[in-house]
Amino acid sequence: MNILLEAFKQSFDLVLMLDRDLFEILFLSLKVSFISLFFSCLIGLPLGTFLAIKNFWFRDNILIVFNTLMGLPPVVVGLIVYLIISRSGPLGWLGILYTPTAMIIAQMILIIPIIVSLSAQAIEEVNQEYKYLFLSLVVPSHKAVKAYLFDARYSILTVMLAGFGRAISEVGAVIIVGGNIDHLTRVMTTSIALETSKGNLSLALALGIILLSIALTVNFLLIRLKIRAKRRMYV
Amino acid sequence: MFKKFTKSELKISPIKIKDLSISINDRFILNNINCLINNKSITAILGPNGAGKSLLLQTINGLIPISNGEITFNLRQLDENIRKQQAMVFQSPTLLRRTVLGNMEFVNSIYKNTNMLGVKDILKKVGLEAYNDKPARLLSGGEKQRLSLARALLIQPKLLLLDEPTANLDPYSLKLIEDLILEENSKGTTIILITHDMSQAKRLASDIIFINKGRVLEQTNSNIFFKEPKTIESKKYLAGEILL
Repeated sequence: MNILLEAFKQSFDLVLMLDRDLFEILFLSLKVSFISLFFSCLIGLPLGTFLAIKNFWFRDNILIVFNTLMGLPPVVVGLIVYLIISRSGPLGWLGILYTPTAMIIAQMILIIPIIVSLSAQAIEEVNQEYKYLFLSLVVPSHKAVKAYLFDARYSILTVMLAGFGRAISEVGAVIIVGGNIDHLTRVMTTSIALETSKGNLSLALALGIILLSIALTVNFLLIRLKIRAKRRMYV
Repeated sequence: MFKKFTKSELKISPIKIKDLSISINDRFILNNINCLINNKSITAILGPNGAGKSLLLQTINGLIPISNGEITFNLRQLDENIRKQQAMVFQSPTLLRRTVLGNMEFVNSIYKNTNMLGVKDILKKVGLEAYNDKPARLLSGGEKQRLSLARALLIQPKLLLLDEPTANLDPYSLKLIEDLILEENSKGTTIILITHDMSQAKRLASDIIFINKGRVLEQTNSNIFFKEPKTIESKKYLAGEILL
Protein backbone atom coordinates (compact mmCIF):
# COMPACT_ATOMS: atom_id res chain seq x y z
CA MET A 1 0.00 0.00 0.00
CA ASN A 2 2.88 2.33 0.89
CA ILE A 3 4.44 1.93 -2.49
CA LEU A 4 1.17 2.89 -4.18
CA LEU A 5 0.79 6.04 -2.05
CA GLU A 6 4.42 6.90 -2.68
CA ALA A 7 3.87 6.40 -6.41
CA PHE A 8 0.85 8.70 -6.46
CA LYS A 9 2.75 11.34 -4.49
CA GLN A 10 5.74 11.05 -6.79
CA SER A 11 3.63 11.29 -9.93
CA PHE A 12 1.97 14.45 -8.66
CA ASP A 13 5.36 15.88 -7.68
CA LEU A 14 6.77 15.10 -11.13
CA VAL A 15 3.88 16.83 -12.84
CA LEU A 16 3.66 19.78 -10.45
CA MET A 17 7.40 20.39 -10.49
CA LEU A 18 7.25 20.38 -14.30
CA ASP A 19 10.08 17.86 -14.31
CA ARG A 20 12.03 18.51 -17.54
CA ASP A 21 13.04 14.89 -18.10
CA LEU A 22 9.49 13.70 -17.57
CA PHE A 23 8.06 16.17 -20.05
CA GLU A 24 10.75 15.29 -22.57
CA ILE A 25 9.82 11.60 -22.31
CA LEU A 26 6.13 12.43 -22.35
CA PHE A 27 6.48 14.66 -25.40
CA LEU A 28 8.45 12.02 -27.30
CA SER A 29 5.88 9.34 -26.40
CA LEU A 30 3.03 11.47 -27.70
CA LYS A 31 5.00 12.58 -30.75
CA VAL A 32 5.93 9.04 -31.79
CA SER A 33 2.41 7.73 -31.12
CA PHE A 34 0.62 10.53 -32.96
CA ILE A 35 2.95 10.44 -35.97
CA SER A 36 2.62 6.67 -36.29
CA LEU A 37 -1.15 6.99 -35.87
CA PHE A 38 -1.30 9.71 -38.53
CA PHE A 39 0.60 7.69 -41.13
CA SER A 40 -1.24 4.50 -40.20
CA CYS A 41 -4.55 6.30 -40.81
CA LEU A 42 -3.25 7.67 -44.08
CA ILE A 43 -2.62 4.10 -45.25
CA GLY A 44 -5.22 2.19 -43.22
CA LEU A 45 -8.37 4.27 -43.72
CA PRO A 46 -8.42 4.22 -47.55
CA LEU A 47 -7.51 0.53 -47.47
CA GLY A 48 -10.24 -0.22 -44.91
CA THR A 49 -12.76 1.77 -46.97
CA PHE A 50 -11.78 -0.05 -50.14
CA LEU A 51 -12.18 -3.45 -48.45
CA ALA A 52 -15.52 -2.38 -47.00
CA ILE A 53 -17.15 -1.22 -50.21
CA LYS A 54 -15.59 -3.33 -52.93
CA ASN A 55 -16.53 -6.92 -53.54
CA PHE A 56 -13.86 -9.13 -55.04
CA TRP A 57 -13.22 -12.81 -54.61
CA PHE A 58 -10.33 -12.73 -52.08
CA ARG A 59 -11.59 -9.71 -50.13
CA ASP A 60 -12.69 -11.80 -47.13
CA ASN A 61 -9.29 -13.50 -47.01
CA ILE A 62 -7.54 -10.12 -46.89
CA LEU A 63 -9.79 -9.07 -44.02
CA ILE A 64 -9.01 -12.32 -42.18
CA VAL A 65 -5.28 -11.61 -42.59
CA PHE A 66 -5.67 -8.07 -41.23
CA ASN A 67 -7.81 -9.33 -38.34
CA THR A 68 -5.10 -11.85 -37.50
CA LEU A 69 -2.38 -9.19 -37.73
CA MET A 70 -4.22 -7.17 -35.07
CA GLY A 71 -2.74 -9.59 -32.56
CA LEU A 72 0.85 -9.28 -33.83
CA PRO A 73 3.32 -9.75 -30.95
CA PRO A 74 5.20 -6.41 -30.63
CA VAL A 75 8.53 -8.06 -29.87
CA VAL A 76 8.30 -10.04 -33.10
CA VAL A 77 7.56 -6.83 -35.03
CA GLY A 78 10.46 -5.15 -33.21
CA LEU A 79 12.77 -7.99 -34.13
CA ILE A 80 11.74 -8.01 -37.80
CA VAL A 81 12.09 -4.22 -38.11
CA TYR A 82 15.45 -4.49 -36.30
CA LEU A 83 16.67 -7.09 -38.79
CA ILE A 84 15.57 -4.94 -41.72
CA ILE A 85 17.03 -1.62 -40.55
CA SER A 86 20.12 -2.83 -38.70
CA ARG A 87 23.42 -2.07 -40.39
CA SER A 88 23.57 -5.51 -42.09
CA GLY A 89 19.86 -5.47 -43.04
CA PRO A 90 18.42 -4.53 -46.45
CA LEU A 91 17.55 -1.01 -45.26
CA GLY A 92 20.60 -0.59 -43.05
CA TRP A 93 21.90 2.18 -45.31
CA LEU A 94 19.09 4.42 -44.05
CA GLY A 95 20.78 4.59 -40.65
CA ILE A 96 17.54 4.85 -38.71
CA LEU A 97 18.13 2.16 -36.09
CA TYR A 98 17.78 3.57 -32.55
CA THR A 99 15.95 6.67 -33.77
CA PRO A 100 12.34 7.79 -33.26
CA THR A 101 11.79 7.06 -37.00
CA ALA A 102 12.46 3.37 -36.37
CA MET A 103 10.00 3.47 -33.45
CA ILE A 104 7.37 5.08 -35.68
CA ILE A 105 7.82 2.40 -38.34
CA ALA A 106 7.50 -0.41 -35.79
CA GLN A 107 4.38 1.17 -34.30
CA MET A 108 2.85 1.66 -37.75
CA ILE A 109 3.23 -2.06 -38.46
CA LEU A 110 1.34 -2.73 -35.25
CA ILE A 111 -1.37 -0.10 -35.79
CA ILE A 112 -2.17 -0.43 -39.51
CA PRO A 113 -3.96 -3.81 -39.15
CA ILE A 114 -6.11 -2.31 -36.35
CA ILE A 115 -7.04 0.71 -38.47
CA VAL A 116 -7.76 -1.41 -41.57
CA SER A 117 -9.86 -4.08 -39.81
CA LEU A 118 -11.88 -1.81 -37.56
CA SER A 119 -12.44 0.92 -40.15
CA ALA A 120 -13.56 -1.71 -42.67
CA GLN A 121 -16.14 -2.90 -40.13
CA ALA A 122 -17.34 0.64 -39.40
CA ILE A 123 -17.62 1.60 -43.06
CA GLU A 124 -19.21 -1.69 -44.07
CA GLU A 125 -22.03 -0.89 -41.66
CA VAL A 126 -22.60 2.51 -43.30
CA ASN A 127 -22.24 0.96 -46.75
CA GLN A 128 -25.01 -1.57 -46.01
CA GLU A 129 -27.24 1.35 -45.12
CA TYR A 130 -26.33 3.66 -48.02
CA LYS A 131 -25.57 1.22 -50.84
CA TYR A 132 -28.87 1.40 -52.71
CA LEU A 133 -29.39 5.09 -52.02
CA PHE A 134 -25.98 5.95 -53.47
CA LEU A 135 -26.57 3.66 -56.44
CA SER A 136 -29.93 5.30 -57.05
CA LEU A 137 -28.48 8.80 -56.72
CA VAL A 138 -25.61 7.85 -59.06
CA VAL A 139 -23.11 9.17 -56.51
CA PRO A 140 -19.57 9.31 -57.98
CA SER A 141 -17.09 6.98 -56.23
CA HIS A 142 -14.94 9.74 -54.74
CA LYS A 143 -18.01 11.44 -53.23
CA ALA A 144 -19.27 8.11 -51.89
CA VAL A 145 -15.93 7.38 -50.18
CA LYS A 146 -15.91 10.89 -48.70
CA ALA A 147 -19.46 10.41 -47.46
CA TYR A 148 -18.68 6.99 -45.94
CA LEU A 149 -15.68 8.38 -44.07
CA PHE A 150 -17.60 11.45 -42.94
CA ASP A 151 -20.71 9.61 -41.81
CA ALA A 152 -18.69 6.93 -40.03
CA ARG A 153 -16.55 9.63 -38.39
CA TYR A 154 -17.48 8.79 -34.81
CA SER A 155 -16.80 5.09 -35.29
CA ILE A 156 -13.54 5.99 -37.02
CA LEU A 157 -12.56 8.15 -34.04
CA THR A 158 -12.98 5.05 -31.90
CA VAL A 159 -10.83 3.11 -34.38
CA MET A 160 -8.16 5.81 -34.12
CA LEU A 161 -8.41 5.66 -30.35
CA ALA A 162 -7.77 1.92 -30.46
CA GLY A 163 -4.73 2.58 -32.64
CA PHE A 164 -3.47 5.31 -30.36
CA GLY A 165 -3.95 3.06 -27.32
CA ARG A 166 -1.88 0.35 -28.96
CA ALA A 167 0.85 2.88 -29.88
CA ILE A 168 1.18 4.72 -26.59
CA SER A 169 1.20 1.56 -24.49
CA GLU A 170 3.59 -0.37 -26.70
CA VAL A 171 6.98 -1.32 -25.24
CA GLY A 172 8.33 -4.51 -26.86
CA ALA A 173 8.94 -3.20 -30.37
CA VAL A 174 10.08 0.33 -29.48
CA ILE A 175 12.65 -0.91 -26.97
CA ILE A 176 14.21 -3.19 -29.62
CA VAL A 177 14.32 -0.66 -32.47
CA GLY A 178 14.61 2.48 -30.32
CA GLY A 179 17.09 1.19 -27.82
CA ASN A 180 15.68 3.30 -24.93
CA ILE A 181 18.42 5.90 -25.29
CA ASP A 182 18.15 8.76 -22.81
CA HIS A 183 17.14 12.09 -24.42
CA LEU A 184 16.80 10.39 -27.80
CA THR A 185 14.45 7.41 -27.89
CA ARG A 186 13.29 7.05 -24.29
CA VAL A 187 9.50 7.02 -24.05
CA MET A 188 7.09 6.45 -21.15
CA THR A 189 6.81 2.70 -21.54
CA THR A 190 10.52 2.06 -21.98
CA SER A 191 11.22 4.31 -18.96
CA ILE A 192 8.81 2.26 -16.88
CA ALA A 193 10.57 -0.93 -17.97
CA LEU A 194 13.97 0.60 -17.13
CA GLU A 195 12.93 1.95 -13.72
CA THR A 196 11.35 -1.41 -12.83
CA SER A 197 14.54 -3.26 -13.74
CA LYS A 198 16.49 -0.79 -11.60
CA GLY A 199 14.17 -1.55 -8.68
CA ASN A 200 12.86 2.01 -8.63
CA LEU A 201 9.28 0.79 -8.35
CA SER A 202 7.64 3.95 -7.08
CA LEU A 203 9.04 6.03 -9.97
CA ALA A 204 8.02 3.31 -12.44
CA LEU A 205 4.53 3.29 -10.98
CA ALA A 206 4.39 7.10 -11.01
CA LEU A 207 5.21 7.07 -14.73
CA GLY A 208 2.55 4.40 -15.18
CA ILE A 209 -0.03 6.59 -13.45
CA ILE A 210 0.82 9.51 -15.74
CA LEU A 211 0.60 7.26 -18.82
CA LEU A 212 -2.73 5.93 -17.65
CA SER A 213 -4.02 9.46 -17.00
CA ILE A 214 -3.23 10.47 -20.60
CA ALA A 215 -5.00 7.41 -21.99
CA LEU A 216 -7.94 8.05 -19.65
CA THR A 217 -8.26 11.70 -20.70
CA VAL A 218 -8.17 10.89 -24.43
CA ASN A 219 -10.68 8.07 -23.91
CA PHE A 220 -12.96 10.24 -21.81
CA LEU A 221 -13.08 13.02 -24.40
CA LEU A 222 -13.78 10.65 -27.27
CA ILE A 223 -16.40 8.66 -25.43
CA ARG A 224 -18.19 11.90 -24.47
CA LEU A 225 -18.11 12.90 -28.13
CA LYS A 226 -19.51 9.54 -29.16
CA ILE A 227 -22.31 9.69 -26.58
CA ARG A 228 -23.27 13.10 -27.94
CA ALA A 229 -23.23 11.71 -31.48
CA LYS A 230 -25.36 8.73 -30.42
CA ARG A 231 -27.99 11.05 -29.00
CA ARG A 232 -28.15 12.74 -32.39
CA MET A 233 -28.24 9.30 -34.06
CA TYR A 234 -25.08 10.00 -36.00
CA VAL A 235 -23.67 6.62 -34.94
CA MET B 1 -24.39 9.62 -85.78
CA PHE B 2 -26.26 9.78 -82.50
CA LYS B 3 -27.44 13.16 -81.39
CA LYS B 4 -26.02 14.32 -78.05
CA PHE B 5 -28.79 15.41 -75.70
CA THR B 6 -28.51 18.21 -73.18
CA LYS B 7 -30.01 17.51 -69.77
CA SER B 8 -33.17 19.54 -70.43
CA GLU B 9 -33.66 18.00 -73.88
CA LEU B 10 -33.32 14.40 -72.74
CA LYS B 11 -36.73 12.72 -72.71
CA ILE B 12 -36.87 9.48 -70.81
CA SER B 13 -40.46 8.46 -71.27
CA PRO B 14 -42.47 6.66 -72.59
CA ILE B 15 -40.84 3.75 -70.81
CA LYS B 16 -41.26 0.44 -72.56
CA ILE B 17 -40.66 -2.76 -70.65
CA LYS B 18 -40.31 -5.73 -72.98
CA ASP B 19 -40.09 -9.40 -71.98
CA LEU B 20 -38.41 -8.42 -68.71
CA SER B 21 -37.40 -11.23 -66.39
CA ILE B 22 -35.41 -11.05 -63.18
CA SER B 23 -34.13 -14.19 -61.53
CA ILE B 24 -32.52 -14.37 -58.13
CA ASN B 25 -30.84 -17.64 -57.10
CA ASP B 26 -32.21 -19.32 -60.25
CA ARG B 27 -35.78 -18.37 -59.29
CA PHE B 28 -37.74 -15.97 -61.48
CA ILE B 29 -39.09 -13.14 -59.31
CA LEU B 30 -40.28 -11.15 -62.32
CA ASN B 31 -41.37 -13.19 -65.30
CA ASN B 32 -41.80 -11.93 -68.82
CA ILE B 33 -43.05 -8.44 -67.92
CA ASN B 34 -44.41 -6.33 -70.76
CA CYS B 35 -45.84 -2.89 -70.12
CA LEU B 36 -45.70 0.73 -71.15
CA ILE B 37 -45.40 3.78 -68.91
CA ASN B 38 -46.80 6.80 -70.71
CA ASN B 39 -45.05 10.13 -70.83
CA LYS B 40 -46.08 12.53 -68.03
CA SER B 41 -48.43 9.94 -66.52
CA ILE B 42 -48.89 8.81 -62.94
CA THR B 43 -48.80 5.04 -63.01
CA ALA B 44 -49.68 3.08 -59.92
CA ILE B 45 -48.25 -0.41 -59.57
CA LEU B 46 -50.66 -2.51 -57.56
CA GLY B 47 -50.47 -6.06 -56.30
CA PRO B 48 -50.24 -8.17 -53.18
CA ASN B 49 -47.11 -8.34 -50.99
CA GLY B 50 -44.30 -10.26 -52.64
CA ALA B 51 -45.73 -9.75 -56.14
CA GLY B 52 -42.50 -8.08 -57.34
CA LYS B 53 -43.62 -4.44 -57.38
CA SER B 54 -40.60 -3.00 -55.55
CA LEU B 55 -38.27 -5.16 -57.60
CA LEU B 56 -39.78 -3.80 -60.81
CA LEU B 57 -39.36 -0.24 -59.58
CA GLN B 58 -35.76 -0.90 -58.56
CA THR B 59 -35.06 -2.49 -61.94
CA ILE B 60 -36.40 0.59 -63.72
CA ASN B 61 -34.08 2.65 -61.49
CA GLY B 62 -31.14 0.49 -62.55
CA LEU B 63 -30.52 -0.99 -59.10
CA ILE B 64 -31.18 -4.59 -60.15
CA PRO B 65 -29.49 -6.21 -63.16
CA ILE B 66 -31.84 -7.51 -65.84
CA SER B 67 -31.71 -11.26 -66.50
CA ASN B 68 -33.75 -11.20 -69.74
CA GLY B 69 -35.60 -8.62 -71.80
CA GLU B 70 -35.11 -4.87 -71.88
CA ILE B 71 -36.31 -1.54 -70.60
CA THR B 72 -36.14 1.42 -72.95
CA PHE B 73 -36.57 5.03 -72.02
CA ASN B 74 -37.92 6.90 -75.04
CA LEU B 75 -36.26 4.21 -77.17
CA ARG B 76 -32.92 4.59 -75.35
CA GLN B 77 -31.27 1.95 -73.19
CA LEU B 78 -30.71 2.77 -69.53
CA ASP B 79 -27.45 4.64 -69.04
CA GLU B 80 -25.98 7.01 -66.48
CA ASN B 81 -27.57 10.08 -68.11
CA ILE B 82 -31.01 8.50 -67.90
CA ARG B 83 -30.43 7.33 -64.35
CA LYS B 84 -29.54 10.89 -63.39
CA GLN B 85 -32.96 11.99 -64.63
CA GLN B 86 -34.65 9.60 -62.19
CA ALA B 87 -35.26 9.95 -58.49
CA MET B 88 -36.35 7.18 -56.19
CA VAL B 89 -38.07 7.39 -52.83
CA PHE B 90 -37.63 4.13 -50.98
CA GLN B 91 -40.25 2.50 -48.80
CA SER B 92 -38.02 2.89 -45.72
CA PRO B 93 -36.24 6.19 -46.20
CA THR B 94 -32.46 5.98 -46.02
CA LEU B 95 -31.22 9.21 -44.51
CA LEU B 96 -27.59 10.18 -44.11
CA ARG B 97 -26.19 10.51 -40.61
CA ARG B 98 -26.36 14.27 -40.89
CA THR B 99 -28.76 17.13 -40.34
CA VAL B 100 -31.81 17.71 -42.53
CA LEU B 101 -29.93 20.41 -44.41
CA GLY B 102 -26.84 18.17 -44.58
CA ASN B 103 -28.92 15.53 -46.38
CA MET B 104 -30.16 18.07 -48.89
CA GLU B 105 -26.72 19.60 -49.40
CA PHE B 106 -25.25 16.18 -50.16
CA VAL B 107 -27.67 15.59 -53.04
CA ASN B 108 -27.25 19.16 -54.24
CA SER B 109 -23.47 18.73 -54.26
CA ILE B 110 -23.94 15.94 -56.82
CA TYR B 111 -26.62 17.45 -59.04
CA LYS B 112 -25.93 21.17 -58.48
CA ASN B 113 -29.44 22.02 -59.68
CA THR B 114 -30.06 24.83 -57.25
CA ASN B 115 -28.50 27.09 -54.65
CA MET B 116 -29.05 27.25 -50.90
CA LEU B 117 -32.20 29.32 -51.36
CA GLY B 118 -33.62 26.66 -53.65
CA VAL B 119 -32.77 23.95 -51.13
CA LYS B 120 -34.52 25.84 -48.36
CA ASP B 121 -37.48 26.48 -50.64
CA ILE B 122 -37.97 22.74 -51.20
CA LEU B 123 -37.68 22.11 -47.46
CA LYS B 124 -40.39 24.72 -46.96
CA LYS B 125 -42.58 22.95 -49.51
CA VAL B 126 -42.40 19.71 -47.54
CA GLY B 127 -42.96 21.52 -44.24
CA LEU B 128 -39.45 20.94 -42.87
CA GLU B 129 -38.13 24.49 -43.01
CA ALA B 130 -37.92 24.67 -39.22
CA TYR B 131 -35.82 21.50 -39.01
CA ASN B 132 -32.74 22.56 -40.98
CA ASP B 133 -30.30 21.75 -38.21
CA LYS B 134 -32.12 18.77 -36.76
CA PRO B 135 -30.37 15.40 -37.13
CA ALA B 136 -32.30 13.70 -39.95
CA ARG B 137 -32.56 10.36 -38.21
CA LEU B 138 -34.32 11.97 -35.25
CA LEU B 139 -37.27 12.99 -37.44
CA SER B 140 -40.60 11.18 -37.16
CA GLY B 141 -41.62 8.61 -39.80
CA GLY B 142 -43.68 11.12 -41.77
CA GLU B 143 -40.98 13.78 -41.59
CA LYS B 144 -38.36 11.28 -42.75
CA GLN B 145 -40.49 10.38 -45.74
CA ARG B 146 -41.06 14.06 -46.55
CA LEU B 147 -37.31 14.71 -46.36
CA SER B 148 -36.73 11.74 -48.61
CA LEU B 149 -39.18 13.21 -51.13
CA ALA B 150 -37.61 16.67 -50.80
CA ARG B 151 -34.22 15.14 -51.57
CA ALA B 152 -35.69 13.46 -54.63
CA LEU B 153 -37.28 16.72 -55.83
CA LEU B 154 -33.91 18.42 -55.54
CA ILE B 155 -32.78 16.26 -58.46
CA GLN B 156 -35.55 17.82 -60.59
CA PRO B 157 -36.25 14.38 -62.03
CA LYS B 158 -38.07 13.58 -65.24
CA LEU B 159 -39.08 10.25 -63.72
CA LEU B 160 -40.05 9.97 -60.07
CA LEU B 161 -40.20 6.47 -58.60
CA LEU B 162 -42.12 6.21 -55.33
CA ASP B 163 -42.19 2.97 -53.35
CA GLU B 164 -45.10 3.26 -50.91
CA PRO B 165 -44.24 6.87 -50.06
CA THR B 166 -47.18 7.34 -47.71
CA ALA B 167 -47.30 3.98 -45.92
CA ASN B 168 -48.16 4.48 -42.23
CA LEU B 169 -48.17 8.27 -42.46
CA ASP B 170 -50.43 10.74 -40.66
CA PRO B 171 -53.11 12.52 -42.72
CA TYR B 172 -51.08 15.77 -42.85
CA SER B 173 -47.98 14.08 -44.30
CA LEU B 174 -50.15 12.02 -46.63
CA LYS B 175 -51.92 15.07 -48.06
CA LEU B 176 -48.70 17.02 -48.34
CA ILE B 177 -46.97 14.22 -50.24
CA GLU B 178 -49.95 13.62 -52.52
CA ASP B 179 -50.16 17.34 -53.33
CA LEU B 180 -46.45 17.38 -54.14
CA ILE B 181 -46.83 14.34 -56.40
CA LEU B 182 -49.64 16.06 -58.31
CA GLU B 183 -47.66 19.30 -58.52
CA GLU B 184 -44.58 17.50 -59.87
CA ASN B 185 -46.72 15.66 -62.39
CA SER B 186 -48.30 18.91 -63.54
CA LYS B 187 -44.77 20.14 -64.30
CA GLY B 188 -44.33 17.19 -66.66
CA THR B 189 -42.65 14.62 -64.43
CA THR B 190 -43.59 11.02 -65.13
CA ILE B 191 -44.41 9.26 -61.88
CA ILE B 192 -44.48 5.58 -61.01
CA LEU B 193 -45.98 4.85 -57.64
CA ILE B 194 -46.37 1.68 -55.61
CA THR B 195 -49.23 1.79 -53.16
CA HIS B 196 -51.53 -0.50 -51.20
CA ASP B 197 -53.96 2.36 -50.65
CA MET B 198 -56.69 1.93 -53.27
CA SER B 199 -58.23 5.33 -52.63
CA GLN B 200 -54.80 6.91 -53.12
CA ALA B 201 -54.40 5.05 -56.42
CA LYS B 202 -57.83 6.33 -57.49
CA ARG B 203 -56.93 9.89 -56.45
CA LEU B 204 -53.53 10.03 -58.10
CA ALA B 205 -53.06 7.47 -60.82
CA SER B 206 -53.96 7.82 -64.46
CA ASP B 207 -52.78 4.28 -65.28
CA ILE B 208 -52.64 1.06 -63.31
CA ILE B 209 -50.30 -1.90 -63.63
CA PHE B 210 -51.50 -4.90 -61.67
CA ILE B 211 -48.87 -7.49 -60.78
CA ASN B 212 -49.21 -10.89 -59.16
CA LYS B 213 -46.50 -13.54 -58.68
CA GLY B 214 -44.02 -11.63 -60.82
CA ARG B 215 -46.33 -11.27 -63.82
CA VAL B 216 -48.25 -8.29 -65.16
CA LEU B 217 -51.86 -9.41 -65.20
CA GLU B 218 -53.43 -6.13 -66.19
CA GLN B 219 -52.42 -2.74 -67.47
CA THR B 220 -55.09 -0.22 -68.09
CA ASN B 221 -56.52 3.19 -67.41
CA SER B 222 -57.21 3.80 -63.72
CA ASN B 223 -60.95 4.41 -64.15
CA ILE B 224 -61.38 1.21 -66.13
CA PHE B 225 -59.33 -0.84 -63.68
CA PHE B 226 -61.37 0.18 -60.67
CA LYS B 227 -64.73 -0.09 -62.48
CA GLU B 228 -64.18 -3.22 -64.54
CA PRO B 229 -61.14 -5.23 -63.50
CA LYS B 230 -60.58 -7.93 -66.08
CA THR B 231 -58.78 -10.74 -64.31
CA ILE B 232 -60.03 -12.88 -61.44
CA GLU B 233 -56.92 -11.94 -59.45
CA SER B 234 -57.48 -8.19 -59.78
CA LYS B 235 -61.15 -8.60 -58.85
CA LYS B 236 -60.15 -10.58 -55.78
CA TYR B 237 -57.43 -8.06 -54.91
CA LEU B 238 -59.85 -5.12 -55.10
CA ALA B 239 -62.37 -7.07 -53.04
CA GLY B 240 -59.74 -7.50 -50.34
CA GLU B 241 -59.46 -11.26 -50.78
CA ILE B 242 -56.26 -13.24 -50.39
CA LEU B 243 -54.57 -14.15 -53.66
CA LEU B 244 -53.15 -17.65 -53.61
